[in-house]
Amino acid sequence: MALKASQLKVGDTHTARLVEDLKRTQIVQYAGSSGDYNPLHTDEVFATQVAGYPSVFAHGMLTMGMTGKMLTDYVGDARLTKYGVRFTSQVWPGDTLDSTATLKAVTEKDGVTLAEFDVKTVNQNGVEVLSGYAEARVDP
Amino acid sequence: MAAKTFPIEASHILMFARSVGDDNPVYADPAYAAKTEAGSIIAPPTFPQASAQFDPDYFLRPKIGKPWFGSGKNPTGITRTEGGGSGGGAAAGLHAEQHFEYHRHLKPGDVLTATSLPGKTWEKEGRRSGKLIFSESVTEYRDQNGELVITARGVGVRTERPVDQKA
Repeated sequence: MALKASQLKVGDTHTARLVEDLKRTQIVQYAGSSGDYNPLHTDEVFATQVAGYPSVFAHGMLTMGMTGKMLTDYVGDARLTKYGVRFTSQVWPGDTLDSTATLKAVTEKDGVTLAEFDVKTVNQNGVEVLSGYAEARVDP
Repeated sequence: MAAKTFPIEASHILMFARSVGDDNPVYADPAYAAKTEAGSIIAPPTFPQASAQFDPDYFLRPKIGKPWFGSGKNPTGITRTEGGGSGGGAAAGLHAEQHFEYHRHLKPGDVLTATSLPGKTWEKEGRRSGKLIFSESVTEYRDQNGELVITARGVGVRTERPVDQKA
């Protein structure tokens, strides 16, 4: 189910809840699947006593991965052409995240219709944790 | 990421999709996926990051018989840590940015070859963590036919001290 350019308006938004009360176990699960075993993310003793953080925190790439689901659920499978983000705040166990894509422009390139979105993910306090963009192929 | 070859496997895609909380059957169910526009199981958009699994030297994975900086008997297994690079770093290294360009989406059976290109390095004075040193890495993933399928650009940052949580 792809988006149709003819039905899109600049400023359209799509929002999804990514996670509620993020669990440490999900962070462990992401460490295992991605191969990033940095103890900052899974080892409370190391994170607090050696690195000086209040607790372990999520991989930025876990937040990008969860935000990716919001995007692909919206634009359709295998439709993304670009996706990039900055990690603007840390995500902690217990956080609840919501993510929004906002249509910035619809363009044409080599006969392909592309939709460009601003992407933003915030935590339960409204603090932005991820800010970025995505581009996807849409139907005319 | 410096994986020489990165085989794309259905079970790895399944585990990765679960870990990011994505239950879309296009990542798990071949019969379902065959009927979608994707035509087969595909990998979620941030899956290229999991190429770390195939990098023999990836420094954020414990190596058999080598010291590891995570806790054991003591809060850390080594006295000094090193870090940096695109996947975040050791004690003071964090992942600042990640960008992907998809020339096509990955499918089980693909075997990717990664080429790392040199990236820029720059410095900034941070309000919450002292001096920040950014370093960029660009990785091009080509498939078994030599076609460029994914371009990835990561930015890592090393901070002088832990990021201050009082915003």
